[in-house]
Amino acid sequence: MPTNEVIHGLGLDDYKFGFVTDSEPVFRARPGLDADIVRQIAARKNEPEWMLERRLKALAIYESKPMPKWGGDLSELEETLAQTYFYAKPHEQMERSWEDVPENIKLTFERLGIPEAERKILAGVGAQYDSEMVYHSLKEEWEAKGVIFDSIEDGLRNHPELFRRHFGTVIPAADNKFAALNSAVWSGGSFVYIPPGVHLETPLQAYFRVNQERLGQFERTLIIADEGSRAHYIEGCTAPVYSTDSFHSGVIEIVVNPGAYFRYTTIQNWSNNMYNLVTQRALVHEGAHMEWLDGNLGSKLTMKYPSCYLMGEGAHGEILSIAYAGDGQHQDTGGKVIHVAPRTTSSIVSKSISKGTGRASYRGLCKVYDGAARARSNVECDALLINETSRTDTFPYIEIDERSATVGHEATVSKVGDEQLFYLMSRGLDEAEAMALIVRGFIEPIAKELPLEYAVELNRLIDLEMEGSVG
Amino acid sequence: MRKSPILAVRGLRASVAETGVEILRGVDLEIRAGEIHAIMGPNGSGKSTLAKVIAGHPGYEADGGHVRLRGEDLLGLEPDERAQAGVFMAFQYPVEIPGVSIANFLRSALQARLEDGEELDLFDFQDLLSGCMELLGMDPSFAQRAVNDGLSGGEKKRNEILQMAVLKPALAVMDETDSGLDIDALKVVAAGVNALREENPEMSVLLITHYQRILDHIQPDMVHVMVNGRIVESGGPEVALELEAQGYEEYKRTHAA
Repeated sequence: MPTNEVIHGLGLDDYKFGFVTDSEPVFRARPGLDADIVRQIAARKNEPEWMLERRLKALAIYESKPMPKWGGDLSELEETLAQTYFYAKPHEQMERSWEDVPENIKLTFERLGIPEAERKILAGVGAQYDSEMVYHSLKEEWEAKGVIFDSIEDGLRNHPELFRRHFGTVIPAADNKFAALNSAVWSGGSFVYIPPGVHLETPLQAYFRVNQERLGQFERTLIIADEGSRAHYIEGCTAPVYSTDSFHSGVIEIVVNPGAYFRYTTIQNWSNNMYNLVTQRALVHEGAHMEWLDGNLGSKLTMKYPSCYLMGEGAHGEILSIAYAGDGQHQDTGGKVIHVAPRTTSSIVSKSISKGTGRASYRGLCKVYDGAARARSNVECDALLINETSRTDTFPYIEIDERSATVGHEATVSKVGDEQLFYLMSRGLDEAEAMALIVRGFIEPIAKELPLEYAVELNRLIDLEMEGSVG
Repeated sequence: MRKSPILAVRGLRASVAETGVEILRGVDLEIRAGEIHAIMGPNGSGKSTLAKVIAGHPGYEADGGHVRLRGEDLLGLEPDERAQAGVFMAFQYPVEIPGVSIANFLRSALQARLEDGEELDLFDFQDLLSGCMELLGMDPSFAQRAVNDGLSGGEKKRNEILQMAVLKPALAVMDETDSGLDIDALKVVAAGVNALREENPEMSVLLITHYQRILDHIQPDMVHVMVNGRIVESGGPEVALELEAQGYEEYKRTHAA
């Protein structure tokens, strides 16, 4: 106990959130990617010339870069990409109706306690958050403080100077193949600017953005937290993302100016046919503080390593990450901290859970440049294996060119033990409940950092994953 | 007329699941409501195995006989079903569950006892928990600590008693609860058990121990001596005192395998 037969008997391996739909969108560009498609995207968005040039340049970089050979298995990705529609008008994507959404997904939303309005957005059949009142009062507060919280398209349209000054400066197109791809075809995402000294108590949530385009396959987000500001941005949620796409490649750029504090929280749960390859990075300036709180569930393969480039003296970067790899899934996640300036500090805490034939890999880089005197970094990664067939690996890369730096790395692997299960079951919990409690305890140090409603959702999701089936 | 037994064990034989080595070779035992029975025996006599077989530990296989709780056969049930039927085992080595608070754990355990769709009332639970902690003289902050993770040996055993208080079993099986405790910690744990018994006089206790000293603090109605997987002598508290004086050697000689 837990033997594989027992686990199988519980039906834990069934993916409960994935499904296919027969409904075809009314209009889409043809599959595949070339300069014409890129021009179409830019034209539909009425973008300035410089952006089209950037897109085309990025396309050339994308085409010139080979497919990465490290990390997860991307051997079947070329085929997926050839069939991918790189642009469909969001309007047409919304033509599905709630009636088309399969019962099991609706049931999952219900079991997760997702409000009605949110369910429709998640299912891709609604365009905006219904809670207009909540949104409006927040929006007024934000506007009064000079905060910009727009779609990325509106950001480019309405704040061209600010946008151009920062876009692509944190993650240039040439950074990696998928950053180049995103830079060529990006669509959807957020543009955020927090003016100097402004403190926001309420988190900025992507749901609250009006007229947003649905979280796209190639979402692009640009955030600038100006000097001494303080804010928290939340993207996604633990509910399964209803998507017929099989490829997602986002780019998130964040500039944290001197003395600012910024936290970016994202919990994403993709259906299990999805390649999820995301680049997210923050430039952290003098005395500033950046935190990534990153949760990855679902997908076929996720490769995602939130990064903090600690550019100014005393900058601090923190990465908290949870990964859950179910049957047949591979989560290749972790974080990067790059210490450039003196007295910079960083910490990475990573917790992964592998179930069935799931595989969770921690991949992390800690780099300390010469001159980053007395930099300190600490990495802690813990893996929990549910079954005999579950797999975990750790790939910590540590490069230190500064003698006075202090770097610590700690890794643990634990298995759900027979004695743990027996102990909990002897108190009246059934096997699935016992398993869920152990998993929840394991991720508690990170879950307690989440806003309450997300933590509750995450716990419910774990319960569902440990249960045989929804219903 | 005597009450019918809460626990009835007859001809129970059991072996280690992995190796097939037989440990229990025909155990008979009856406990009535509100009685305290002690089972004493040398190391390897099978007394802890008896506790685990009653609770349904997957490391042991029952090969024959039966174990009935209020007439219901336990041997075909999962450990959680036995718990819900009214069995509680206080562990000799309580298991650590990092990141799960004692309060949260107990709430889940009580929730698991409810019908599907029924929701445990949180205020009722708080009242129950604080009432139990008060009865046992425990600081309320204790319930916020993780289940056995970072607890001292004595705290772990008190945590077992707290769980027993909250879950209110018909039968509490205490597996060498006294092992590893100094005399002060032992007294605290024994006082907890006695307080629970006062509160709930119908609760029966099966107390597994190697040493007589815990019986100075928890008065048994019956004492059984187990050697080589069988109960070889049963009697009143005087049996424990004789054992204390003579040791197990005589029993081991006459009941060698």
